[in-house]
Amino acid sequence: MNFLDIHKRKLEGATKKRMDLDLQTPIEIPEGVFVQCSNCQAALYEKVLKKNQHVCPVCQNHFRIDAKTRLEYTVDENSFETLFEDLLSTNPLHMPGYEEKLIQAQKSSHINEAFVCGKATIVGYPCAIGILDSHFMMGSMGSVVGEKVTRLIEFSIKQNLPLIIFSASGGARMQEGILSLMQMAKTSAAIKHLDDAGGLFISVMTHPTTGGVAASFASLGDYHIAEMSSLIGFAGPRVIKQTIREELPEGFQTAEFQLQSGQVDIVLHRQDIRKTLFQLLKFHQKVLYDSL
Amino acid sequence: MTAYEQLKIARHPKRITSRGVIKHVFPDFLELHGDRQFKDDLSIIGGIATFKGHTVTIIAQEKGVDTEDKIKHNFGMPHPEGYRKALRLMKQAEKFKRPIITFIDTPGAYPGVGAEARGQAQAIANNLKEMMGLKTPVIVVVLSEGGSGGALAIGVGDVILMFEHAIYSVLSPEGFASILYKDAKRAPEAAELMKITSNDLKEMNIIDDIIKEGPGLHENLEIGISQLSQHLEKQLESLTHKPMKRLLISRYEKFRKMGTILERTQNESTN
Repeated sequence: MNFLDIHKRKLEGATKKRMDLDLQTPIEIPEGVFVQCSNCQAALYEKVLKKNQHVCPVCQNHFRIDAKTRLEYTVDENSFETLFEDLLSTNPLHMPGYEEKLIQAQKSSHINEAFVCGKATIVGYPCAIGILDSHFMMGSMGSVVGEKVTRLIEFSIKQNLPLIIFSASGGARMQEGILSLMQMAKTSAAIKHLDDAGGLFISVMTHPTTGGVAASFASLGDYHIAEMSSLIGFAGPRVIKQTIREELPEGFQTAEFQLQSGQVDIVLHRQDIRKTLFQLLKFHQKVLYDSL
Repeated sequence: MTAYEQLKIARHPKRITSRGVIKHVFPDFLELHGDRQFKDDLSIIGGIATFKGHTVTIIAQEKGVDTEDKIKHNFGMPHPEGYRKALRLMKQAEKFKRPIITFIDTPGAYPGVGAEARGQAQAIANNLKEMMGLKTPVIVVVLSEGGSGGALAIGVGDVILMFEHAIYSVLSPEGFASILYKDAKRAPEAAELMKITSNDLKEMNIIDDIIKEGPGLHENLEIGISQLSQHLEKQLESLTHKPMKRLLISRYEKFRKMGTILERTQNESTN
């Protein structure tokens, strides 16, 4: 038997072995040990990923996180007190399937609506804080999200508290039609009142901040922080591509693109956001807190 | 008439555009140009005119009438500089205590690379915020097509009027259908569900009044134009006599109320 024959036999053996395997039963890996990075495909140990605030240590890809996790990374432990949690969406246009979608979103995300808000402290500084959760119908803004954002703004005016909103949204919630569109005017109007009252608003744009949210309160901050590599813009890239019939430039509509375009003050790694928020709050200590 | 038939009238090629309306209602219109920052975006035209004893500022989205004109006006799809030009003229109106009349007619803000780089989202947001605080009366007229945030960016005011066969929506029925059904051809169905007609919007208290136009502006111009003049005259009379503080409060409350929510109180659910 020559070398080639041996090799051939080995190969056959291997193939046979493979065929013996039961391909129907997936190989058992203990749940939640490894996560694959959607950008660089690296297999990441979940504990390491969590420690890294859900940012891939290999390629710095920022994983999407829910409102609860965002709060954990941002505010002081046990400092968050939720507000306006009892507002629920209805189906004003009787859009087929909308109620089911809402129930499904509530079940999978464990929150009532796409905006979670309340009062908290950041390194001891009190603030009003709101977080759009993209796990709930893409963080889209319907009547309830618009109302909660507006109430939070009004709360921050009344309590003389700085306002911080983390945006993550595909835009207006189309199931509520024109009522969703009007939330843009409503929230922007409230920001006007905050401005007039001399209040501070820090807008943090995370992945993705687009459409009606980008074109209303999210773009009206005194300071605009963009989380690294987030998609930020008004129109979605697909729509732009269809309209102009050209390839879009590399890095178009990323946080870094918005920085170069002069639309945001600063682009930050997730791990630096809390620190920078603290710094900004500290800079405003005299004008904000000393009068409290 | 179905919502889709309304939509077809709103987009009828023979339907008058803003410039035509201005010619009929404000014959002494003096057009002003530019945002003083980047360029003159002709998808929004603006200027000053007199109307029934009032000097007013006009801001209007213009789609253009023939191919060449449509290209010149970018089919009524503004870039950020268009919105900034509009705001500049509105601030000017505020300074000289002129009421503002805006005409909405756009499929939406222009989705392009330059528009994004120059801050389309910021330009729209800023207009929404600033219009809310303008210390002068603002009357908004939805002429034909009110498409999404691009329309709303000149649509915050004390009174919102809408032509009978105009439509106003969160996005185009084609866009809605392509997202919801993954098929833009189901737009007629989407148009029905979306509640985009003047009657729908009146019912939801999004608009204050419907401007009757009979068979449609494309067939009979006189009815719509004379109805518009009457509405404007009436609204200007009442708004210019309102104390400024009260005007601003009711403008805020008007938009503050918009939306439908269910609030669970400690007792039971109420609306």
